[in-house]
Amino acid sequence: MQTRLNLDPAVVAEARDLAALAGQPIVDMASSHTTVSIERAVLRLAGLQGADSAGLPWANRLVDAVAEATGLQHGVALVAWDALITGGYTDLAQLAAAAAQGRVAFRIPAGADAAAARAAARDALAAGIGRIDANRTQRQLMIDQTADPPRPWIYLIVATGDIYEDIPQAQAAAREGADIIAVIRSTGQSLLDYVPEGATREGYAGTYATQENFRLMRAALDQTSREVGRYIRLTNYASGLCMPEIAALAGLERLDMMLNDCMYGIIFRDINPRRTFIDQRFARQIHARAGIIINTGEDNYLTTADAVDAAHTVVVSQLLNEFFGKEAGLTDGQLGLGHAFEINPAVPDSFLLELAHAQLVRELFPDAPLKYMPPTKHMTGNVFAGYLLDAFFNLCGMMTDQSILLIGMMTEGIHTPFLSDRDLALENVRYVRDAAGRLGDSFVPAPGGFIQQRAAEVLGESVGLLRRICDQGLLTAIAEGTFGITKRPADAGRGLDGVVVRADGYFNPASELLEADGPASRRAVLEVSR
Amino acid sequence: MTGSQAGSGDRRPELARLVRPYGDTTGDGRVQVSFTLPIPFGAATERSRAEGAALQLAGKMGLDPAMVVHAKGMGPDYTFFVVYGRVAHLVDLSQVTVVEREFPLLSPAEVNLRIRAGLGRKLVVVGACIGTDAHTVGIDAILNVKGHAGEKGLEYYREIRVINLGSQVAVPDLVARANAERADAVLISQVVTQRDAHLSNTRQMAAAFDEAAGPTGHRPLLVVGGPRFDPAMAAGLGVDKIFGKGTTPGEVASYLAAVLAPAAETAGAAS
Repeated sequence: MQTRLNLDPAVVAEARDLAALAGQPIVDMASSHTTVSIERAVLRLAGLQGADSAGLPWANRLVDAVAEATGLQHGVALVAWDALITGGYTDLAQLAAAAAQGRVAFRIPAGADAAAARAAARDALAAGIGRIDANRTQRQLMIDQTADPPRPWIYLIVATGDIYEDIPQAQAAAREGADIIAVIRSTGQSLLDYVPEGATREGYAGTYATQENFRLMRAALDQTSREVGRYIRLTNYASGLCMPEIAALAGLERLDMMLNDCMYGIIFRDINPRRTFIDQRFARQIHARAGIIINTGEDNYLTTADAVDAAHTVVVSQLLNEFFGKEAGLTDGQLGLGHAFEINPAVPDSFLLELAHAQLVRELFPDAPLKYMPPTKHMTGNVFAGYLLDAFFNLCGMMTDQSILLIGMMTEGIHTPFLSDRDLALENVRYVRDAAGRLGDSFVPAPGGFIQQRAAEVLGESVGLLRRICDQGLLTAIAEGTFGITKRPADAGRGLDGVVVRADGYFNPASELLEADGPASRRAVLEVSR
Repeated sequence: MTGSQAGSGDRRPELARLVRPYGDTTGDGRVQVSFTLPIPFGAATERSRAEGAALQLAGKMGLDPAMVVHAKGMGPDYTFFVVYGRVAHLVDLSQVTVVEREFPLLSPAEVNLRIRAGLGRKLVVVGACIGTDAHTVGIDAILNVKGHAGEKGLEYYREIRVINLGSQVAVPDLVARANAERADAVLISQVVTQRDAHLSNTRQMAAAFDEAAGPTGHRPLLVVGGPRFDPAMAAGLGVDKIFGKGTTPGEVASYLAAVLAPAAETAGAAS
């Protein structure tokens, strides 16, 4: 890719080094703790499905029972598989049902018993991780049999609340030109400390993320991929209290992209910072293994803070997301870093500022499949002006080689898009792509001109902020309201009671597999600090 | 200020009682609408039928004459139309009713300004789901920065300090925390209605705050929300305000600002 901004490589390198410096203590914390959701994800990867009569998943019942009996500091696997073997249960679901009735005497096994439990758990997890590997192979096979759509990929959202309504809408959107379908989750699912079960038909402003809903939608899109001759990717959300479990389910059901931000849940959902960072690392290790592209949520900062003043917080968050992502084993090609076109159109030179910001991100992360988000904050209800703004967003995306374009709707903020809103939005992006798709080849900002200056300014501010974060520590920076506008202390927010310090001898057969022969995480760290 | 805005200087003609839409000539009644019909737009016969269908709908909507200026098939089963036409309907301004809200709806910036001017410090809000209710969706939609329906939650407001206690909070804990934080308002969400739990929980909470207030009678503003509440029940339950289904964060913020940080000079003069 050509460079258009003439960024100082020394400043770029310093920014990366600072991000690594700020992020490392968080990695150390994540490596020495576990959470209830990580332990539930282990069980789900081992094949545990289903729920009790009240709808509480067996994964929750079993982890809760073990937590109460022995604590989770050794990991659920050691205790659960010991009980499974010694109690003669046929599978984890049967064990969970018995545990829920208080009929299982859990213990922390030692010696040969512990070795037997570990071996059985490793076998079960090898099967689960094997299924994720097989899905990754199957995805490539599907792409080979159909086609990988050219970039930018067109990203469209469906959100009816009913999976059986979502499916035809998603298929229609794919036929109309969408390359990626995202199923928005029901409001507040990120705050549930369990993953609902089964196919769901009732959601609030979105559809629940469940394993069965994932499976149904992926199967439908496979059918449509063959029909339209290009692979349609499926996206869902691994944020919130069940991040590791949803990541596991995404890997098991061959989702292709997942929203997974290092700080979104903290800032916007008041989820405890420690819980989020610990969960996130494990979730990303699964995504790395599954070949899933993560999408980060920096666009959200610009919906609360001013898009000009806070431009550098986006870059800082992207650098942190990159560091954490690579440490967890994700490659550049899996880092769908987010940003957005959210500058007030009344600001003079707003389009030039957008170009500078978008190009800066492109050049800082040349190999990342950047996800560019359309205007939302300044969509006023004047649908005609909104359509024009969306066209400028599309143009900026084309000129700066963005990889994934979430298609803006002129009725943003009014209602969930009509069929016609979506059709008009696609017409808009098609026009811009056909008319100006190659404009990037000829787009050369004047040396030392407005765009280059603005990009250098934002990069400089990013380094300044990273220095401050390194001085005070990332958790303190978050507690003091550095991102978004919200103060989130490290010991407040939801889910802290689900965080457990690992004991010596903590055993997590999923982590063993993911860290042993996944993409080598140590190597990735070296690449970052290169 | 020249005073020219005073009534006598307003030279606009008095508004007619009956008006029609305005295209480019007074009284032409011209409007534009767009809609989708679930009919195909493929072969010529299908296209003719689709346009006829759109005209029929336009006619039933009161557009006469109507003209389909754009029709486009969207996939095999749907057609999108843009239609211009003249509406026969008259608007009778004397029959327009305006829903009166007891407080003006303000933007976040206006709410912040109002609190700064009227209160001179941050407004403190404590929120919780009380009793056994674990449904925090409602309270979170109102309080979380993320917000709801395109509006940011109360945490987004610079002049509001939010303490969200989450779900299943015991009433005594809520009262204690509200006092410790010197809360100006307490927001309670109640979704579960089994055996009227939402009503008994609310009454219990109101009584606890009244008791804690003692002889001064000073307690935080008590605000309750939930899909099954009747907004008219506030007094009967001992609370100050009830918000029903579909309430947005902006409405709650506007209400809090209006009651807790009233604009003394302009009160009543607005709206």
